[in-house]
Amino acid sequence: MDKILEVKNLRLYYHTNKGAVKALDDVSFDLYKGETLGLVGESGCGKTTTGVALLRMPSPPGRIEEGSKIIVDGRDIMPLSDKQIRKDVRWEEVAMVFQGAMNCLTPVYTIGRQMMETLHEHRDMDKKQAEELIKEYLGLVGLPPEVMGRYPHELSGGMKQRIVIATALFLKPKLVILDEPTTALDVIVQAQIINLLKKLKKTFDLSFIFITHDLSLEAEVSDRICVMYAGKIAELGTNDQIYGKQGPMHPYTEKLLAATPLLKKKVDTLSFIPGAPPDLIDPPKGCRFHPRCHKVMDKCKLEEPPLIEIESGHMVACWRCVK
Amino acid sequence: MSVNENDYILQVENLKKHFVPHLTLAQSISGKVKKVVKAVDGLTFGIRRGEIFGLIGESGSGKTTTGKLIMKLIDPTSGKLIFNGDDVTVTNKERTQAYRRQVQMIFQDPYASMNPRFKIRDVLEEPLIIHKVPGDHVKHEQMVIKALTDVKLNPPVEFMGRYPHMLSGGQRQRVATARTLILNPMMLVADEPVSMIDLSTRAEILHMMKDVQRDMGLTYLYITHDLSTARYFTDRIAVMYLGRIVEMGRADDVIDNPIHPYTKALIEAVPEPETGRVNIIKELPISGEIPSPANIPSGCRFHTRCPYAKPECSSEAEPELMDVGNGHLHACRRYKEI
Repeated sequence: MDKILEVKNLRLYYHTNKGAVKALDDVSFDLYKGETLGLVGESGCGKTTTGVALLRMPSPPGRIEEGSKIIVDGRDIMPLSDKQIRKDVRWEEVAMVFQGAMNCLTPVYTIGRQMMETLHEHRDMDKKQAEELIKEYLGLVGLPPEVMGRYPHELSGGMKQRIVIATALFLKPKLVILDEPTTALDVIVQAQIINLLKKLKKTFDLSFIFITHDLSLEAEVSDRICVMYAGKIAELGTNDQIYGKQGPMHPYTEKLLAATPLLKKKVDTLSFIPGAPPDLIDPPKGCRFHPRCHKVMDKCKLEEPPLIEIESGHMVACWRCVK
Repeated sequence: MSVNENDYILQVENLKKHFVPHLTLAQSISGKVKKVVKAVDGLTFGIRRGEIFGLIGESGSGKTTTGKLIMKLIDPTSGKLIFNGDDVTVTNKERTQAYRRQVQMIFQDPYASMNPRFKIRDVLEEPLIIHKVPGDHVKHEQMVIKALTDVKLNPPVEFMGRYPHMLSGGQRQRVATARTLILNPMMLVADEPVSMIDLSTRAEILHMMKDVQRDMGLTYLYITHDLSTARYFTDRIAVMYLGRIVEMGRADDVIDNPIHPYTKALIEAVPEPETGRVNIIKELPISGEIPSPANIPSGCRFHTRCPYAKPECSSEAEPELMDVGNGHLHACRRYKEI
């Protein structure tokens, strides 16, 4: 299978007065064409930062460090100038639906006018053509063309989310990063949006990066799951490897799953992870998870475990998996 | 604490809250009709002493308005609120304050519900001052320490000197719980207490709340949209749709054997961490979104989205809650056929 995205040794540091916050430290993964890769982890683990890095727009004082490689469809985008990125990559090849984007629609413009802005910026098109295109995309996300004349406050959360998704797809990107696209929505609307995303993925031949903290939701959408902890990949495996019989191999993933309440099975006690993710200016020595790990060994406190492949396509960074 | 089935700590009888919008002069001259928003529209349920009762609903179902009505933060349009055998629907200022001391609230957002300039000591002492709890500063401090110990923030003295921003979300929600416990209430109303907390610590907070409830013999009203935590946390649940209860019963009964088509649809839509679901487009039994509470459908209010709706569902009167035995109630007249 062809790779649409290769990320190699991605490091993104926020340079603050107190020192560099190592938000992403040596993150490497691939994404194949037509695949959905899920990024999960607690808040502050680097999920959104990864998404933003792929568009090459870290918010200051963040900086993508030397030696990081982001290869989109065969081309390394790191050496490109900002102008080229804006012209060729951002929204053209890689688009992102930001968390809470549906609440960032301008209240004073109609939906049609806001959607038009993207086209204005990127395409030479007269008003009539643009309107036609907007109507087409509204139809694709299941909205009637009248929505163009509406204001955001007249629409429900689900409708606004559909508009944000339509806008992200306008320029026919190959890769779409979805950051918690359903978190603020009710379960039934969430299921509707997930169905819509799955259909759009087929129609447009897209690849997705799906960011969420919800492991149950990830099981429904992602072909492969990448579990992040403190700016590093803890475990990366297929849907089967993570959710299947054998279960996850990294203690962090194990605990996250055990902390997820199930609807259809009654459990007496839910597990939880004591403590909080570490300060990334001065992360713990050795394995970054060791202070919270229930299976910690002496070695974990001293040396950092490498991310190794324990079976085909299943990568784990845990000393217990090193034979 | 064992729960007596007929010992209700709080009873809500046919409670209604209708919001009437104000019209501008221009609107009233142009003959615009006032559309009453029926946020809560005929709610009847009872919470037993010592149980955790869950109120489930989507946004717009009226669950938060119900919480506010129970806290007496807003006055109902009609209906009754009976607490501990007393009618508390209409009360004077002193009685309201006494009531609020017995019924305390935990808010959704632990970041916004604490004064950022207060140290934790002050956050916890404030309710004692507001409710004029006798005792000097030293006595109050002892109570603060006890409350912090109850929610397992150890060592309490260390936490007392911190500011809210120095705490994690989970610790903050513990402080929020401690703030309610310090007044020795009988009942807690918790509106989405864990929805803003990271998944990894969510269970920890729920554990703590359950422990506190058991140790102190409290009663909880847990308001949420999340069926999965409700199943784990509550004894009984009620599912709300557009201001009314459509199904109510023991949490296990309702979730394992749902009767009302709305409950069924909700359960169907919840994702589960299982493999083999990626390439499936879920068949959703109901489409569309919840209608506006300003425009409630006639007859059964769910009929516009119900896959089993028949003409009688919209033309006949709204079905009342019916018991199928063991206290499992529902409001669907066609439940036998579906």
